[in-house]
Amino acid sequence: MRVDATSAGPSGTSGSDRIARPWGDRTPYGPGDEWPARTDVFLADGIGADDVERWVRTASVLHSNGDAMDIAVAGGRIVGVRGRAEDRVNRGRLGPKDLYGWQANNSPDRLRRPLVREGGRLVETDWDTAMARVVSRTRELLDARGPSAIGFYTSGQLFLEEYYTLAAIGHGAIGTNHMDGNTRLCTASAAAALKETFACDGQPGSYTDVDHADVIALFGHNAAETQSVLWSRILDRLAGPQPPRIVCVDPRGTPVAQAARSGGVHLAPLPGTNVALMNALLHQIIANDWVDQEYVDAHTVGYAELRDRVAQCPPEWAAQVCRVPAEDIRAAARVLGTAERLLSTVLQGVYQSHQASAAAVQVNNLHLIQGMLGRPGCGILQMNGQPTAQNTRECGADGDMSGFRNWSNGAHVTDLARHWNLDPFQIPHMSPPTHAMQIFRNVEQGTIALLWVSGTNPAVSLPELPRIRSVLARPFLVVQDIFLTETAELADVVLPAATWGEKTGCFTNVDRTVHLSDKAVEPPGEARPDLDIFLDFARRMDFRDRGGLPFPQWHDAESAFDAWAASTETRPCDYTGLSHARLRAAPSGIQWPCNAEHPDGTERLYGDGRFFSHPDECESYGRDLVTGAPLDLTEYRALNPDAKAILKAAEYLPPHEPIVDEYPFALITGRTLYHFHTRTKTGRTPQLQAAAPDVWVECSRADAARLGLDEGDLAEVSTARGSIRARARIGGIRDGVLFVPFHYGYWDTTDDAHDRAANELTPTDWDPVSKQPLFKTAAARITRVSPATGPAPAPTTAASYPVTAGVPPTAGATAETRGARR
Amino acid sequence: MSKIDLVLRELHRSENSLARTLLLMADRHRAEHEVFHVARDIAGWSQEHVERIVACAERRGLHISRSASAGAPAVVERVVQRASTAVTSRPETGLLLLADLRRLHRKAAGVSLDWEVLAQAAQAMKERDVFELASSCHPQTLRQMRWANAQLKVHAPQVIAS
Repeated sequence: MRVDATSAGPSGTSGSDRIARPWGDRTPYGPGDEWPARTDVFLADGIGADDVERWVRTASVLHSNGDAMDIAVAGGRIVGVRGRAEDRVNRGRLGPKDLYGWQANNSPDRLRRPLVREGGRLVETDWDTAMARVVSRTRELLDARGPSAIGFYTSGQLFLEEYYTLAAIGHGAIGTNHMDGNTRLCTASAAAALKETFACDGQPGSYTDVDHADVIALFGHNAAETQSVLWSRILDRLAGPQPPRIVCVDPRGTPVAQAARSGGVHLAPLPGTNVALMNALLHQIIANDWVDQEYVDAHTVGYAELRDRVAQCPPEWAAQVCRVPAEDIRAAARVLGTAERLLSTVLQGVYQSHQASAAAVQVNNLHLIQGMLGRPGCGILQMNGQPTAQNTRECGADGDMSGFRNWSNGAHVTDLARHWNLDPFQIPHMSPPTHAMQIFRNVEQGTIALLWVSGTNPAVSLPELPRIRSVLARPFLVVQDIFLTETAELADVVLPAATWGEKTGCFTNVDRTVHLSDKAVEPPGEARPDLDIFLDFARRMDFRDRGGLPFPQWHDAESAFDAWAASTETRPCDYTGLSHARLRAAPSGIQWPCNAEHPDGTERLYGDGRFFSHPDECESYGRDLVTGAPLDLTEYRALNPDAKAILKAAEYLPPHEPIVDEYPFALITGRTLYHFHTRTKTGRTPQLQAAAPDVWVECSRADAARLGLDEGDLAEVSTARGSIRARARIGGIRDGVLFVPFHYGYWDTTDDAHDRAANELTPTDWDPVSKQPLFKTAAARITRVSPATGPAPAPTTAASYPVTAGVPPTAGATAETRGARR
Repeated sequence: MSKIDLVLRELHRSENSLARTLLLMADRHRAEHEVFHVARDIAGWSQEHVERIVACAERRGLHISRSASAGAPAVVERVVQRASTAVTSRPETGLLLLADLRRLHRKAAGVSLDWEVLAQAAQAMKERDVFELASSCHPQTLRQMRWANAQLKVHAPQVIAS
């Protein structure tokens, strides 16, 4: 094993244990400077740089940051990775999941052949048999019940070409509106907030805003663990001259919170109260006249209503609701309101909590009323959770319409039908597309009878798992994945897929940077790229366009990309200047919009204060922030938003599941630095698995003392839905709140009990605007079951750090586990 | 009693009834999670309107009893609720949902018209207090109506097509 970090400067190599030191060495820099490059490398044991036969260009797929890297290939296998120093996103750096996660590709238990259910058991078969079953069931249902009997639930981890193809097949060829991605769980509220404020999806900011900002505010965004390389960039600013001040909103003592405590402000509100907090912050900004009235007048509508709404929300009121000191709210507002260059980021602490979209929209408002948008350092990053979530949104595999078109605008539907050469009536647009939670409800009722799941694991990742298991037992279930996940085990047909490194395609990160990911090695056994599987299905179904040609008209990743790029002409996410060849020739990733006018891409959106909000142009007319009811064209026109942004006010509503005597804690779930989703890959990566081997529950010191709970004790956590057992980590979380990581399902447990997954506990409730499930607003209780045999299996390096003595620090894998699965 | 007081009394009755309809609807459709949660959220608007109508009436020397109760559902309604959760996986509940949304929309439309009448009269009679009441409550009634309409649009295709 070898981990290197070669700095551009003279400081040389850094420490090699990137489990123990997830963010690596500091390369400090000052405001306006370019972030120094540093190339991080990890090669398998016994492999030196000279042994590498080829380096193949790609980017990370185990988080949303889009870290550019090269895959090292030797002997037809992936043997390591190296960061791309020339890339704008990571400047050569890689995080722990980037460095180690590729090893899962080589895992011996990859799916190699299709499986079909025979006599209650899954048995191996060939592709013809498996696909014939999918095709005949689809045909039967289309004949008997029509397209509304068929649903698709996809991922945030496939490639752009695959999503566009899936959208064309589902929305176009079959004509069902039951299509969503698991991006509904991670990024739906980001998209919704952008649509509410700017009338169109599209990330305004850029990662380079970190280089310029004097205040960085992270709202429910533990960047240190969710985008570790972005956090390295912020840490390097903090270590340099004139560091930015940090404002952190998080109930846990995350590394971000710790950074905020020196010179910035950390607010730890009770879960479910974000709108109250945001309204109070806006109250202070307006009361102190930290408002750019000229910008507001020229570029926004709705200011008067926002002002009147937040006038009713002074810090003292929010302090009662959020249980944070009013003085801290005032201090945070002062930092935000007196910033010269404010960068805000938002993630799951907002998106997966009560009133998700309404709260995320208030962050947009915070920027608009101060005119802090579209200039270096003045950015909004409504983050994504997954590497290719952006493409699920752009391409329309998540319920959005391809190319950020508007489902309620007949001209947009006609335009897409023209690109697909299909009858517009074939594309269902009678109502908003069915979101994931409603798809599962329709399956529960039996009105969706075939569900095709690709690249995701709802049997562990959806809320209220006892219910979801019974729902998944109902339909004809097709699962397309790389491992036999908990969901695949329930399937009627399992299709083995190729993954990252085994297929070619593109994907786009949070700040609109498009990366090409080339095929480095052959997939195992008979596994095939998701694109090939979708196209094979289309050909077997014999879908045709209006001219009688096979539909989709494309046949591989490159032709799919070209069809996609052509369909984005004049849309905000303009890819017309991009192609596989262009991306291969470029030094590294390119930001959209990229077209003839902007051949090298576009760093920031909205620098001119003009938005895609004209009624003919916009992606959405918006929704009621409380009821989620869509506005119609007439109501939207009445706002008079032509090219202006929309300031939307929101009233605070109490969470739906109140904290009561029986369930006295607020329960939140979330991720750790070392894992991704349900650990299908990271659980098969020795270093990552060893760093966070099992579930835990975090509890504050004061709560633990009251309950007689010690570090490492086995505890039972219960809600109205169910119970799990987990070791207790006495940590830096605020009083009254419990945290359970959501990664741990059942594929690697030894018994049949369902007592480990965080989603046994979570409620079925979602934000009415974005339809994102609320994983962070449940009422729970915790009881001690048995004493500790050692510390909890929680990492010590990040938010789950212990506050008690005697817990050994998390460090790199031991000699036995290192490379054990290779 | 002045005629404007009669309108206030009628609004008090109709808002109470709307709140009750929303709460009942939530209980009948617990397995439709968005309907369940949002119906309860926006029932709160009607309950608040009832309070404000009573207060406004009192300022005018008119006594309206609060107790036409917009509170929790009665025993019989709880039985309905249990029945609704017992059949969560039956498609027939979809038709029931459409019927309930249709009823809700009509009821909210009635309340909206009552507010319209009150606002018009208050303007004509220069009754500022009453006018402000109508101006601040009526938009929420319209939002309740739009929600019923939007939910109907979302659910109808799947209920009818399947």
